[in-house]
This record gives sequence, C-alpha cells and structure tokens, in this order.
Amino acid sequence: MEQFLIFGVVGLSTAAIYAVIGSGLVLTYTTTGVFNFAHGAAGMLSAFAYWQLSVGWGWPVPVALAVVLLVLAPAFGLAVEKVVLRPVQNLGEAERLVMTVALLSGLIAAARWIWDPNTPRPLSAFFVNSAPIRLGPATITWHQATTMIVAVAVAAGLWYLLHRTRTGTEMRATVDDRALAGLTGADPLRANRVAWILGTQLAAIGGILIAPTVALDASQLSLLIVSAYTAAIFGRLRSLPLVFVGAVVVGCLESYLTGYLPQNPYLPGLRLAAPALLLFLALLLFPQGRLRGRDRRLRPVPTPTMRGTLIFAASIVAFGMVLATVLGESELISYGPIFSLGIVALSFVPLAGYAGQISLCQLSMAGIGAIVWGQLGADGQLWALPAAVLVAALVGALVAVPALRLSGVYLALGTTAFAVVLDRWIFTLPAIDLFGVQIALFNQGSVEMAGPNLFGLRLDGQAELMVFAAVCLALASLGVAALRLSRFGRRLIALRDSEAAYATLGGSLLVARVLVFALGAGIAGLGGVLYGMQLQSVTAEQFNFVAGLPLFLVAVIGGLGTVGVGLFTGTAYIGPMHLLNSMAPWAHNIVNLLPALAGLGFARHPEGVAPGMRHGWEPLARNRVAVLALVGGLAVAWLLRLGDLINGWTFFLGALVLALALRTYAQSREAGAVVTDIPVEWWGVRRPWRAEDREVLSRGIAAG
Amino acid sequence: MESLQVSGVTVDFGGHRALDGVALTAAPGRVTGLIGPNGAGKSTLFDVVSGLRRPSSGRVHLAGRDVTRLGPARRARHGLARTFQRLELFGRLSVRDNLLVAAELGPQRRHADRVVTEILDRLGLAKIADQHADTLSTGVARLVEVGRALAVRPTLLLLDEPAAGQDAEETERFAALLRSLADDGTAVVLVEHDMGLVMSVCDEVHVLDLGKIIAVGPPEVIRNDETVLAAYLGDA
Repeated sequence: MEQFLIFGVVGLSTAAIYAVIGSGLVLTYTTTGVFNFAHGAAGMLSAFAYWQLSVGWGWPVPVALAVVLLVLAPAFGLAVEKVVLRPVQNLGEAERLVMTVALLSGLIAAARWIWDPNTPRPLSAFFVNSAPIRLGPATITWHQATTMIVAVAVAAGLWYLLHRTRTGTEMRATVDDRALAGLTGADPLRANRVAWILGTQLAAIGGILIAPTVALDASQLSLLIVSAYTAAIFGRLRSLPLVFVGAVVVGCLESYLTGYLPQNPYLPGLRLAAPALLLFLALLLFPQGRLRGRDRRLRPVPTPTMRGTLIFAASIVAFGMVLATVLGESELISYGPIFSLGIVALSFVPLAGYAGQISLCQLSMAGIGAIVWGQLGADGQLWALPAAVLVAALVGALVAVPALRLSGVYLALGTTAFAVVLDRWIFTLPAIDLFGVQIALFNQGSVEMAGPNLFGLRLDGQAELMVFAAVCLALASLGVAALRLSRFGRRLIALRDSEAAYATLGGSLLVARVLVFALGAGIAGLGGVLYGMQLQSVTAEQFNFVAGLPLFLVAVIGGLGTVGVGLFTGTAYIGPMHLLNSMAPWAHNIVNLLPALAGLGFARHPEGVAPGMRHGWEPLARNRVAVLALVGGLAVAWLLRLGDLINGWTFFLGALVLALALRTYAQSREAGAVVTDIPVEWWGVRRPWRAEDREVLSRGIAAG
Repeated sequence: MESLQVSGVTVDFGGHRALDGVALTAAPGRVTGLIGPNGAGKSTLFDVVSGLRRPSSGRVHLAGRDVTRLGPARRARHGLARTFQRLELFGRLSVRDNLLVAAELGPQRRHADRVVTEILDRLGLAKIADQHADTLSTGVARLVEVGRALAVRPTLLLLDEPAAGQDAEETERFAALLRSLADDGTAVVLVEHDMGLVMSVCDEVHVLDLGKIIAVGPPEVIRNDETVLAAYLGDA
C-alpha cells in the first residue's frame, strides 16, 4: 500500500505536467485550428533556455524563470504565429500540419546545434533543499507539490480567462466560427495571438518542470509530448477538464508501470512506450466521425504518362550508373542512400499523395524491412527481399486499422504513436523465441546486412549496390505511375476527394485503405532493405521517428502527388547534406536544419517543386537535337572521367552546365517568338492555342 | 415490390429533432418527389436512406430487405445510388474518370468503358469528358453527379436538387431524362425546389416540413393542398 501511494504521488506530479502541456496544446488547437506538433519542442527549447540562464550563466532562478516565461516564450509563440502559421492559415489541414512538423524537426536540430548533445546538463529540482512533506507513508517533494499547485492554478486561470474575460469569449467565439466572430466585432487575429502566447507559455512551464526529472535531451524532451498528446486526445482535443483526467490516467499509468511491471528483459521498453501505446488505443476508441465530404482545397494530382515515366526510370538507372562509376568508395557510402531513401520517400506518393493518408511512420516501416532482411537474408538470399517487403506490408496493414477511423491530424498522430512504440519498445527488444524460431530484431545493438545474391552474382560493393538501388527505384517509380493510371489509383484519389461519395457508390473504404497502407509500407520496406545493405550494419536509431521527419518534409517539398518525388527526395536530402559537409565541415549543424527550413518555406509552393521541375525540363525532353546533344555530351564526359582525364567535380559541373544550357536552348526554341506575358484574352490570337489553355481558363473561371 | 420503403425514421441532432417518424416509399418505374422548405430534413432523409447517417429509430428497406444496419457501400450494392445537394464530385479526377470509378464499382464493371461512354453521350457530357471535375460550373457538375450515379446502374436513384443552376432548356431536357430513367424501370426519388419540374415529372409527391411528412399525393393534389401552401408561404 505504501509503495502504491508513493508511486501514486509520482504519477500525479507527472500528470500535473502533462495536464499543463496538454491544455496548452488544446488551447491553440481549438482557437487556431492548428494542431501543433512542435508544442513539445517549444517546451524543450524553454527548458534549455532556462538551463542556459540559470545554470549556464548563473542568473538567479526567479529572474531566469521570468525571462523564459514572460519574455522568451511569448515572443516565440508570437513569432511562430506570424512567421510560420499565418501564411498557411487559409490552406488545408495537411499544409498546417507540415508546417508544425517542420518546426518540430527544425527546433530539435537547432537545439542540438546550440547545446552540444554530448555535454550533460543536469537541472536541479525546485526547492531541492526543503524537507519533503510527509503525508502518511508517502512523501511529497516540494518540486512535486509545486508542479501540482501549478497545474491547479493553470486550470483555474484558464477557466477564468475563457469564461470571465472578453478575450476568452473572443477565443471561444473564434473556435465556433472564425469568420462570424470577425463580423461581430471580435478580433480572431488577437484571439490567435493570445492562444499562441498562452500555449507556448504552458509548454514552457511543462518543459521546465519536467526537465529536472529526465535528461535534458532535445529529442527526448520534444517527444515527451506524446504523453501530453494522449491527455489531449482524452479531451478529444476540445475539453480542458477531460485533458486533466487524461493526464492523470497517463501519469499514473507510467508511474505504476515503473513500480509494478515485472522484471523481464522484454518489458522495460513497454513502460517508455506506454503513453504512445495508450495514444494509439485512445485514437482507436475515439468516436468515429461521419464520412468526410468533399475537400475543396486539394491540389490536383499530376497524371504521368507511361512513356514519360519510362524515360524518367531510364534516367534514374543512368544516373545511378554514372554515380557508381564516377564516385570514390567513401563518396559512394555517403551518397549511396540517394536511391534507397528515395524509395522510402516514394512510399508517400500512393499513401499521402493519392489517398491523402498522412503517415509519419514510413521510416519505421523501412526499419522493419531492414530487420527482416537482416534476419532472413543474412547470406544474401534473394527470396528474403520479397519476404521483407511482405512483412513490412503486413505491418502497414496493421497501421491501417486506426486509419479506417482517423484522418488528417489524428492519423498523423496515430502513425506517430506507432513509430514511437516501435522506437521505444519493439526495436529495443532482445531476441524473441517464437515457436522455436529466434527473431533477433535489432538485437539491442546493430544488425549486419549482406548484399543480395542475384542469381549467382553477389552484390557486395558499394557501386554495385548503388546501381541495384537505382534499378529498384526506377522500377518502383514505374509501378507508382502505373498505379496512378490504374483502377486502384483512380479509387484512391476518389476516396480522398469524397469519402461519402465513394462509399455511396459501393466502394469499400476498408479494403482501399488497408491496401494502400500495405503498399506504402511495402515500398518503404524495400527502401529500408536497400538502405541497410548500403550501410552494411544498421541500428534502430537510423529508423526512428525523428530521423524520418526530414525525409517526410523533403518529400512534401518535392510534391507528394508526383512520381518523381522519390528521386527528388533522395537527391535533395542526401546530396546537399554531404556536399556541404565535405565542402564546409563546420556547417554540419546548419545542414541538419535545412530540411526543416525548406519545409517552413513550403507555404510558397504547396503543390511541391517537382511538378515545376518537370514542367521546366519537358521542352528538353521534346527536343530531339537537345536530347541527343545531352546524351552525347554526358557520354563523352563520362568516358573522360572513366579515363581519369577529368576529376569528379569537373564532370558534375560540366554535366550541370551542359544540361542547363540545353534546357534553356530547348525552352527558347519551343517558345519561339511567343512573349510569355500575353494577356489571357489574346491566347490563340497572338500565340497559338495550347492544349492546356482550356483547363487553365476553366480553373480560373471555377475559382471565380 | 417497393424499391424503397422508409418507415418511422426519426433523427435527433442533440436536442433538435430533424426527422420525426418519416415514412416514404418509392416504386420501380415511378418518379417520387420530395419537397419542403429549406431545413425541412430532405437531405437528412437522403443521408439516412443512403447509410451516411444512422437514424435514432425507424427502418429502411431496399427491395424488401431491411438495410437499416448496413453501411453505405453495402446499400449501394443493393442498387442504391444518389447525388448530393452539396456537390461531392471527385474534383481531382476528370469527368470520365468520375464515371469510370462508379462504373467499375457497379454490376457492369467488366464493361465499364462502354457504360461510361454511353452515359456521357446520353447526358451530352462527351465534350467535357477529359476536363477535371473541379473546373466545372455548378449546373454541369450536378449533371456529372447524376451521370456518376447512373454509372453504377442503380435500381433506386436519389437525386438531391439535381436541376439547381440549370436554365429552362436544360431543365426541360433533364425532365425528359428523368422520365426515360423511370421508363427503364428505375425508381427515382427527386428532391427539388423547381416546382415546375417536380409537378411535371413526378408521379407522386411527399411534402416534408420541420421533419414531418405533412402531405402525400399526386402533383395536382399537392399543388392545392392548404397545409402545403401554409408550410411554404406561412400561415398568414
């Protein structure tokens, strides 16, 4: 009983922190409509800032607290509102989600840059020298008591604000109907600002209170938010009292699992994963909404042609072969993942691009593929490759279960929870003996990965593996293009455009969702196998949730509906990173920030940059002279490089200049005498009528 | 046998009763009108019949089979198709692909291309077949929704304000289309505000007001029903 009370006190004090953080999350979500994935990261940043002021610079605790809570946190909240979210206020839920995911990824990268993760930063608890309060057999430290008092004060303060002040009324009115609230004299913008300031302050309070009890680690602190998410989901992202109830459930569950979980090598991870597991379950039990009607803010999905995709696939293979022959051994290791991670990114296309299902656990699926290959393909047996794809696909189908009931931000949360459960528990498990078969997973360390045995030809070298991965990416891109043109592809887009219409035509949401999740996970699994082969030995950290965020962001920037996003993401993610690292090793922290910064710039190009790139390069593909000149020029340069007559840099710069020059030539040939800025009423008169003009005009008229 | 039989359907939204013990039938080869002022509950009734909304009480039978507990997809497989007052086209697909998705889910999926071509011709949509659906004007988009519903070869067709946004000539053509559908043996339920169309094409009209059926009868009777006039024009 004594132990029960002690763990209960610990649980309640943790619950108090989750309640504070969770209520901030709900406050911003209900007022602004933005589910802030970076909410925990804001708390993390505040904890670091507090450490810097109070410990790093030795400021008195009250001053450090005041500066963080009253100056830095509000300023940060306002900056996020103005710079990050206002540009996407009128875009869809998915775009707003991407912005906060970018912010999360960026803040973790920034914190690791500013505060070296290898230096320990202990933060002492509040009132550490005061004697604890005795309550029967249990003792409550003053830090725990403070935490609980703060939570009660926050609850009372929020109630007063929302129900007794004009600002609170404005905030509640904005929740109900933003435009209507504006018409009645309320100021939705001010309500937004207040929500962001308060939300960030609450995150900051939570971050500072929890930091002394855990290690001051950017990623770990940011992901503590999963527990607060669970509390928020208990409140269905709306009800603050229920958030507090949810927080008590999560806090006590964690605490009692620590106290009562039997000693067993398989269970320690379960305690860490419990909030994520609970989040997954809470989302499953979340009352199912009605089928969604038509979403009018969707971007068109480009329709690829098989001829164009064949040329594109051939270019991928050619690019792989050129890289494999031109790069040195160490560069091959650095640039190797271009194609394998490209395949992982390609898995977003059917899932998110076509079917609109935002999954943040695709890299985890890749990890599952890698594990299966490590287990079954230890000697390079080729049959293990489809087996790895199949297992990943089966796990993907499992994730589809919550996807049947969830969409948008809830689905993103569900897949996050799934990734976190894998990271904290499943991937850390020791070998499991299942019906006499030993399954090693990551073996609590690393897994050796062999190259495949292609009908007697063993692919072990980096160059061979790179070409193999390029061929796989080319085939996967062809497959995804064929999917878009197929019956199933049409159904996925239809299902996304209007669930209600799709269902009333007799379409099964269950089958379509399970299949697309399985397909996406299978593609990601294939990417994971190839990634692992190139790395030769993989650890769980290479497939964790945080590592998957930049990949998702770069894919979004590329344009999730485009088949070319695989090659784009692989190249844009891996290329600049290693190029900058080799040219300016001091800049590696900035490099880690790049995907997040690019993601934040996404508001300008919500349709992605890949369609624009395709549009830009199409004239070259249509111009036979230019194509021949390009192929000839590249072949000559390649031979010169193989003969060691020019170095790699000269080759790449030469190839780039040649391609850009030929592109400009082809564009100018195609445009002819056409002046680009011809007013719309002169189309077909001052310049020839183009096939796409009709659609452009129709869209313009439809948009009003 | 009746294609559709709705009995005692009640729907509550919180404290508000949107439908109150509604009964409605539709028979093959007949066009049944469902009229009523805005907010009377017409679209809610369509949602209940098509399975998008569960009623608090009451039953829905399709071709004699109780489908009250079935989801929308399974009801569609019993020959039900509908259009939506708030357009629900697949905006990112072309007009042809919109119809193709439906035809591939319908009983004639093996001949989906032929079905789609036939419907595009019948509705005069062939010219715009390759346009994206979200570029269409409202009137045309409604016609495309009708075409999409026809592509599943329904035996019961629920049309929610299909003629809104059409001019007089288009409405006349549409009336002819409805009659020909009924002549083919389809049971049609029509929600429409264009009284000219309703009165000219319907065999029977149900009037819904504040969630209750207040009158049922042939158009000429409904036209002169005092309760109906009061519901539309107010008691004054």
